[in-house]
Amino acid sequence: MSAPRKPSDPSGLERYYVLTGGRSGPGGSASSLDVATLVLARAAPLPGMQHEHEEILRRCRDPLSVAELGAHLGLPFNILAVLLSDLLDAGRVEARNPIPAHDAAGRGPDLALLEEVLSGLERL
Amino acid sequence: MDLKGFDQPGGRAAGDTRSVKVMIAGGFGTGKTTMVRSVSDIKPLTTEETLTQASADVDRLIGVGDKTQTTVSLDFGKIGINESLVLYLFGTPGQERFWFLWNGLFKGALGAIVLVDTRRLESSFRAIEEMERQEVPFVVALNVFPDSSNYPVEEIRDALDIPEHTPVIAFDARDRASSRDVLVALIHHLKERSAVALEPR
Repeated sequence: MSAPRKPSDPSGLERYYVLTGGRSGPGGSASSLDVATLVLARAAPLPGMQHEHEEILRRCRDPLSVAELGAHLGLPFNILAVLLSDLLDAGRVEARNPIPAHDAAGRGPDLALLEEVLSGLERL
Repeated sequence: MDLKGFDQPGGRAAGDTRSVKVMIAGGFGTGKTTMVRSVSDIKPLTTEETLTQASADVDRLIGVGDKTQTTVSLDFGKIGINESLVLYLFGTPGQERFWFLWNGLFKGALGAIVLVDTRRLESSFRAIEEMERQEVPFVVALNVFPDSSNYPVEEIRDALDIPEHTPVIAFDARDRASSRDVLVALIHHLKERSAVALEPR
């Protein structure tokens, strides 16, 4: 029936449970987050704020991707997305999704953007 | 005055910054992380996702019980294109079956680069198939390892059944300029596709 209790949780799942209050996936505002979404703090940390929320605000004074945040904070994408949705809902961060490959009409990226990327790459 | 004492050192340009992303796919050991390392402005980082899936879909070795938690890692780097545009490069995990369990990993990418080790062509079959299935525009880059025999590009195109309109380029993933050229080839390919799409029928 019940498995023997393990003394510790090597996968970190218990830690994640605590960080997110048991929420497993982002809803609403964070459901479109991408690893390349840029996060930008729109407000300073509040006293008494959850440590991870504060860390996100501190690190995103300049736009930083969700992937970089995850790497710096040691949090997997899905857990970070839950924390980001809290901050998005509170209006404390802005999230800018990557410029999409297709617009709403299903057309590919615009030529001006591709030219911009090309000239940047050619300077490397 | 929430932002009091909360300077934004990046100034105006940083506030407008946008991003684009390019995926690097290919089988195990084809040089994805090497390529990310060569062209990235930052030391490559790793980000993770915890995937939950029904164990029926998973190797029996991993599956215990109804649900399985798998951690999938992505190595990534970035290139500053200009003051307000950043390109992120993501090396996909070696196990292709995880690519589309990670929702939206390929969605929103400008395109992909599929790396091929010419000594083990078969290791990239699946990557090419998946790009076609997901309609992700891509170029194929043959990572020329020092002991690779010198395959003619067209022979490899045939062996891998790569459509004629998809560019196939030989390069060295360890070399920054060479890796940059593959990215340039991808963007040219995307431009051509856009141009074709705009032509009146």
